[in-house]
Amino acid sequence: MSLVRARGIDVLIAAALLFMPLWMAAVGGYTELATRILVMGLAAMALNFLLGFTGVLSFGHAAYFGLGAYGAAMAIKYLETGTMAAIGVGAVIATVAAAIIGALIVRRRGVYFAMVTIAFGQVFYFLAFRWNSVTGGDDGLTGWHRQPVDLGFAAIDIFRNDGAFYYFVLVVFAVCVAAMAQLIASPFGRTLLAIRENERRARFLGVPIERRIWLSFVISCFFVSVAGALYALLNNFTDPRALRFDLSGNLVIMAVMGGMRSFWGPLIGAGIFVALQDYVSSHTQNWMSVIGLVYVLVVRFFPRGVLGALRRGAAA
Amino acid sequence: MSQLVLFNVFNGLIVGAFYALMALGLSLILNLSGVINFAHGGFLALGAYFAYALIPFLGFWGALVVAPVLVAVLGLGVERVLIRPLYGADPLYGLLLTFGLAYILEDLTRLVWGAQSVPFQAPAALMTPLSSDYFFLTGYRLVMIGIVAAAVGGLFVVLNCTRLGTRIRAGTRDLETVSTLGVNVRILRSLNFGLGIYMAGLAGVLAAGLLGLSPTIGANLIMPSFVAIIVGGLGSLLGTLLGGLLIGVASGIAAVYVPSATEAVIYVMMGLVLLVRPRGLLGEEGRLH
Amino acid sequence: MPELAAPRLNRRAVVKGGLALGAAQLASPFVLTARAAEAVKIGFDNALTGPYAGPGKNELVGCQLAVDQINEKGGILGRKVELVVEDSTSGDAGVAVQKARKLIDSDKVDFLLGHLNSALALAMAQVSNEKGVLHIVPGGHTDAITGKTCHWNVFRVCNTTATEANAVAGALVKQYGKKYYYITPDYAFGHTLEAGMVKAIAALGGERVGGDLTPLGTVDFSSYLIKAQAANPDVIIFLIQGDDMLNALKQATQFGLQNKVHLAGAQQEMEPLEGLPPEARVGTWVMEWYWKQPGAPHVAEFVDAIKKRTGHVPTARTWFGFVSTWTCALAAAKANSLKALDMAKALQDFHLPPEIALGPNPAYYRAGQNQLISTLFVGDAQAKGEAPEDLFKVTKVVNGADVAGTLEESECKMIWPS
Repeated sequence: MSLVRARGIDVLIAAALLFMPLWMAAVGGYTELATRILVMGLAAMALNFLLGFTGVLSFGHAAYFGLGAYGAAMAIKYLETGTMAAIGVGAVIATVAAAIIGALIVRRRGVYFAMVTIAFGQVFYFLAFRWNSVTGGDDGLTGWHRQPVDLGFAAIDIFRNDGAFYYFVLVVFAVCVAAMAQLIASPFGRTLLAIRENERRARFLGVPIERRIWLSFVISCFFVSVAGALYALLNNFTDPRALRFDLSGNLVIMAVMGGMRSFWGPLIGAGIFVALQDYVSSHTQNWMSVIGLVYVLVVRFFPRGVLGALRRGAAA
Repeated sequence: MSQLVLFNVFNGLIVGAFYALMALGLSLILNLSGVINFAHGGFLALGAYFAYALIPFLGFWGALVVAPVLVAVLGLGVERVLIRPLYGADPLYGLLLTFGLAYILEDLTRLVWGAQSVPFQAPAALMTPLSSDYFFLTGYRLVMIGIVAAAVGGLFVVLNCTRLGTRIRAGTRDLETVSTLGVNVRILRSLNFGLGIYMAGLAGVLAAGLLGLSPTIGANLIMPSFVAIIVGGLGSLLGTLLGGLLIGVASGIAAVYVPSATEAVIYVMMGLVLLVRPRGLLGEEGRLH
Repeated sequence: MPELAAPRLNRRAVVKGGLALGAAQLASPFVLTARAAEAVKIGFDNALTGPYAGPGKNELVGCQLAVDQINEKGGILGRKVELVVEDSTSGDAGVAVQKARKLIDSDKVDFLLGHLNSALALAMAQVSNEKGVLHIVPGGHTDAITGKTCHWNVFRVCNTTATEANAVAGALVKQYGKKYYYITPDYAFGHTLEAGMVKAIAALGGERVGGDLTPLGTVDFSSYLIKAQAANPDVIIFLIQGDDMLNALKQATQFGLQNKVHLAGAQQEMEPLEGLPPEARVGTWVMEWYWKQPGAPHVAEFVDAIKKRTGHVPTARTWFGFVSTWTCALAAAKANSLKALDMAKALQDFHLPPEIALGPNPAYYRAGQNQLISTLFVGDAQAKGEAPEDLFKVTKVVNGADVAGTLEESECKMIWPS
């Protein structure tokens, strides 16, 4: 199985993303939906760094997503920083939290690790909910909006211009994704794959398992928090529900649906899931059953996801 | 002040017993089958709604007996069709499947009974305080604690004194050997799942007497169960029981001084346990590692 | 990772079916856009699932009735009215905001309705203001919507917390005593409602002897109730809403507290009352609209129309939805245009006709604040009344204009686009 995905797919995806605002409207979508797919795609790919490439299941990633969102929102609202600084603040806060929590839980595995990540996810939800004075509590953090991106020679208004914001997000997405690809292709990334394939053997080979898993966890949370910051910018708003386990579950299903073992899989999964949720909830009040059914069907019939199935089909 | 302390500790015990009931069901399923049942809250809600539907025909006590059984039967069906194929696979899939199932259950409940809360009526005789001074001791709360004690006691009797129970306990340790010894492991897992769901359904009926009954009733109650299992230790049912009681009493004591911190206390305890004794109070090292 | 057992159902068949379904999905928007070009669209972005689904659905029913009535009367400016419904899922705010954008950008709605959750209403208001679309909030109660963060294009039907507090305070102090204990939900709505109550009651000579802030979603109120009782008040004020209110009242009556202390509160609604067992329906409250108004014209017709649709009487939420939708039609008619700015100007000091106002006092949108001033109903919850579903005994009908406070007090400084 190749680590580096084929050049062809890269080009295809790049082209699709570059022109998404244009072809989105034609299929009944809208620019904001495209941006949302990018943000969720980044989050799902970040989760997959841990899940698909290191083989460790975290079901509480929404916590770090949310921390990134709140960090960015608070930076703009209270510190009145610019956009890039806001993303930075969000990422730093979430990554520090991930480092601390990761250290606490890294000795657990499998079901136990998953449970503990769920519980910690809930802790942050609870904090966001109750720490009213700082986070706005149930009302969320409102009363702020995206600041123009100052490039020195020009300022890009990403608040009023949906299209401009989409391309801004695309740039951030591209940088993050390139970084993740580099990490996976590096020797460090190889050890992660080794841990995924056979942890015991990797340990015998002298790979410091806990340390690597911790690093993988922190890196994964870092990128997820960038996605979270972008999400807050997308909505000009953030609230505790961005931290709930619903979102954690959605990220996992996106990764699985697209194909955990492939690099671009989670992006495909995010695209399908976000578009599906948007479409279904516009047409029926029972969209929850449909989404639930999607979960069940994916697990029963498509555990390898779309890209996994395609690859199998190609190989057969 | 002493009345305050007395009440809150007593209340904490009741709440803790309730958490323990829920967590035990979850723990049973987790230990034997390795599946984190995210849909546990959904089955709890179903138990409550089935009871609500049965009360006009069977009365409260009849509904209390029958509703959890109905939910358990439904659980058996779900296990056979959806969960059985996932055994032995990555726990990820079990989690995802039960996660989706939770969505479906909530939506179906809303579809059948409506989104608004429905008036669940426990017997009026129980709904009054036993004394004017100790008005917080209502008949219902005392009965609830009795039922939970009976259920938990019954569970431990089943586990320790019946053949089924012995097989479940053995299976929790080493399912493969149990299978080699000729036990039908599939049926064992099904029955175990049904038992766990029965506990959820029972918890639901009891909860409906105290709280408003709406489709989201289970969602709020599932997190403390998770924490109870983490605190008590994975793999140990006694640990889960202890964990549930502990977090209940802890939040009860917190309620005396800072009533709004009752939920925070649960998470603080979890953090402490993870720091000081990561395998949980009665958990065994290497269990479900 | 271990393999999963091979599924028995042929995977190919599922894939083929899915692709066919997907293709149908892609084709349909083309069909929709062609047909809908002429209709006037009202976008409804509210909670239809999750914990707020009960009131949300009731608001929707009110909207649907209004749309049908409007269409019977010829529509808006001669064009048919279409209600585009989006479920914001009561979940993450992102979805509410996203749906609002979808309604505006993709569906090109002329009006936006929503949200009953205060926080989401504020977030949506930011979007509607950014895009310049007329936005009516049926049931989001936070004061800021027509207060600190008021916008020229955002109007609200339900009352501010100050109005509700002022309406009920008089009845309480006169009849029940001077010492008050507060159980308040810990979020902006709760805080402002308590502040309003404390102020209104203090003005009449009452005092606050204690209180607790309860987290949203608290299931067990026992510790708060015992603390409240220990403070020895004359009245315990419950400011919590929805399911929290239900749980608290259920538990309070189980403790027999209503026999020792008077229970009361500000905002009360039919939804929690209907969810309570009869013996728990106690206390003095204020409702923003009530279905049983003997002798009031038009109200009976409205009640019948809703009963035919849902089998239940309309609640205040139904009325909110009904009024919001009709406001859209009336604004367009008065301005003779669908331009948001013209309609917003037309709605300043706009009085609702009696068959929409459905109350004894005039109902109008206060100029400079965009807040509907109408009627409030103070009364006591009752286990049962003469008619089925008569769960509230109205003791005093209050004119909103008397208790709404001044424009300065609302802190709304409206900025109109040039």
